[in-house]
Amino acid sequence: MEKFVMHQGLVAPLDRANVDTDAIIPKQFLKSIRRSGFGPNLFDSWRYLDIGEPDSDNSQRPLNPDFILNQPRYKGASILVARKNFGCGSSREHAPWALADYGFRAVIAPSYGEIFYNNSLKNGFLPVVLSESQIDRLFHDVLAFPGYRLTIDLQAQTVVVGDGTVFEFEFDPHRKYCLLNGLDDIGLTLRHAQRIRDYEEQRRRQQPWLFDAIA
Amino acid sequence: MLLKTLYDKLWDDHVVHAEDDGTTLLYIDRQLLHEVTSAQAFEGLRMAQRKPWRVDANLAVADHNVPTTDRSQGIDDPVSRLQIETLDSNCVDTGIVEFRMNDPRQGIVHVIGPEQGATLPGMTVVCGDSHTSTHGAFACLAFGIGTSEVEHALATQTLVARKSRNMLVIAKGQLGRGVTAKDLALALIGQIGTAGGTGYTIEYAGSAIEALSMEGRMTLCNMSIEAGARAGLVAVDDTTVRYLRGRPFSPGPANWNQAVDYWRTLRSDPGAKFDRVVEIDASQVRPQVTWGTSPEMVVPVDARVPDPDRERDPVRRDGMERALKYMGLEPNMPIESIRVDKVFIGSCTNSRIEDLRAAAAVVRGRRKAQNVKLVLIVPGSGLVKRQAEQEGLDRIFRDAGFEWREAGCSMCLGMNADHLAPGERSASTSNRNFEGRQGAGGRTHLVSPEMAAAAAIEGHFVDVRRWR
Repeated sequence: MEKFVMHQGLVAPLDRANVDTDAIIPKQFLKSIRRSGFGPNLFDSWRYLDIGEPDSDNSQRPLNPDFILNQPRYKGASILVARKNFGCGSSREHAPWALADYGFRAVIAPSYGEIFYNNSLKNGFLPVVLSESQIDRLFHDVLAFPGYRLTIDLQAQTVVVGDGTVFEFEFDPHRKYCLLNGLDDIGLTLRHAQRIRDYEEQRRRQQPWLFDAIA
Repeated sequence: MLLKTLYDKLWDDHVVHAEDDGTTLLYIDRQLLHEVTSAQAFEGLRMAQRKPWRVDANLAVADHNVPTTDRSQGIDDPVSRLQIETLDSNCVDTGIVEFRMNDPRQGIVHVIGPEQGATLPGMTVVCGDSHTSTHGAFACLAFGIGTSEVEHALATQTLVARKSRNMLVIAKGQLGRGVTAKDLALALIGQIGTAGGTGYTIEYAGSAIEALSMEGRMTLCNMSIEAGARAGLVAVDDTTVRYLRGRPFSPGPANWNQAVDYWRTLRSDPGAKFDRVVEIDASQVRPQVTWGTSPEMVVPVDARVPDPDRERDPVRRDGMERALKYMGLEPNMPIESIRVDKVFIGSCTNSRIEDLRAAAAVVRGRRKAQNVKLVLIVPGSGLVKRQAEQEGLDRIFRDAGFEWREAGCSMCLGMNADHLAPGERSASTSNRNFEGRQGAGGRTHLVSPEMAAAAAIEGHFVDVRRWR
């Protein structure tokens, strides 16, 4: 997994609540058996005026000029500011894959769909939680100041605004450790392999029917 | 003695190891796999030269991409076909049991798990699909995961997790005639919102829940994720035990009594503490219809489309206006005046035998309205389909001009050929009315099977309580 320690970048605002994973990456693109290449179809049905298919040449498709990410001032944005319940809906990990593939390193919102939140952490893509009023301030600023940038420091658990304002955020210590060091869970978990085997043996004795073979 | 909720008991029983900060290694008893979220997980295993920890803890099925029409010629769409062939070969390579597309047991992963007895009380059940919450109807801790976690569960038979908070939803009284578990779920989401359950596991209890069949309880637990909760739960009772007896993977005679004795302990201790309690009077719930692009945008069928001008919160008002525009609806129009183009009865929410019986009872002897272009009846599994045919339900649907299809996810999300065209409007028994969910530009109204069937006959929404 890619590390996340500190990131400074251009900010893009997505001013709607309940942005679901179907909107982040529509279902026709989930047929891929790869983890990469989803960026061109991020927010596909908002971003383009036609209907995209997996075999479309995205460079030839008509862009929706009203969609925020298509505005030149947000080109190259790497931090997304969003409203509550961002990433609600399905468990598709293609959602954080698409955001990261597009070039985003982090999203800042008041709350998230839980599975999306978890999936993001497994991909070095940082979901930051700030309060509604702090988010209001960020929306105001990003719209008011072209070229608006933020610094996200995971070690310090802060979002630093250009004028020096610092917003602190909460973060799970285990997840922080994994992100700072770029560690995947599986390797860490397998250090407990003997514990898992011991648990399994005990379980087999207590509830043997759980180990009947499926066939 | 420490009083525990059902969730506390299930959690505690699966802790392999817990760190001081609450990070927990949780044992996973059952993983269900489907084609859309597993390929990259198997690939990850291969790249790390790992094998599944416990092959027989897994059960796989292709459901999202499968055609619901004649399957003898295979799948036309080469991208869908590759995804399913990838699942097939991953299962062959690892030895994981898969119900293939032409196996009579094939179906939607959340229908076949319980149907086969592969989902049992007291288990932890995971699947790379958010509607895994369905299985909580059996008092097992079941929740959706992403592909990285699918790989983690395959490789280690555990997940790294943190405990959620406990929410109790008490449904008092009884649902009225023509009002279903689906309406109860939608009414609850209307009350607490799509983020109301975020961070919680919801246990459903009360007289209205006790009266529900397992099918109804699955519908309710299925929709927990639409309320933001990864998992829903219902305690074990006679209804649970009766459903499980004799299922292919249920405990055999040698273990049955021991298993049932244990299962009977799977209920919250009287007086156990919940972090939040929500009460709902089931007798007051009316048939529900969503009007917008989020399941919380829902009203009773005898109400009108809400007016954004009456909403004070600017973010909410903006969302309502956007939703009405997308849905092509005007504020204050009666729900019953909304005409539909297509009707879909199916999905992991409402495709079980009881759902099909309820729809058939509404349809019997009637025909679909002229303005309705297509009515799809998609059973949740090959076995549900066979059962329905034995009962003659397929004949009732066909006589009404409906299409009787093969099992799969179908138009719930339209990954296969079944979807809405831009601007088309559906009455759908599925679970999500998000923009584009059933097809780019498609407009979805979520309803119960009875309400969907009645809309197919009348061509617009009707209140099934008065209509029958």
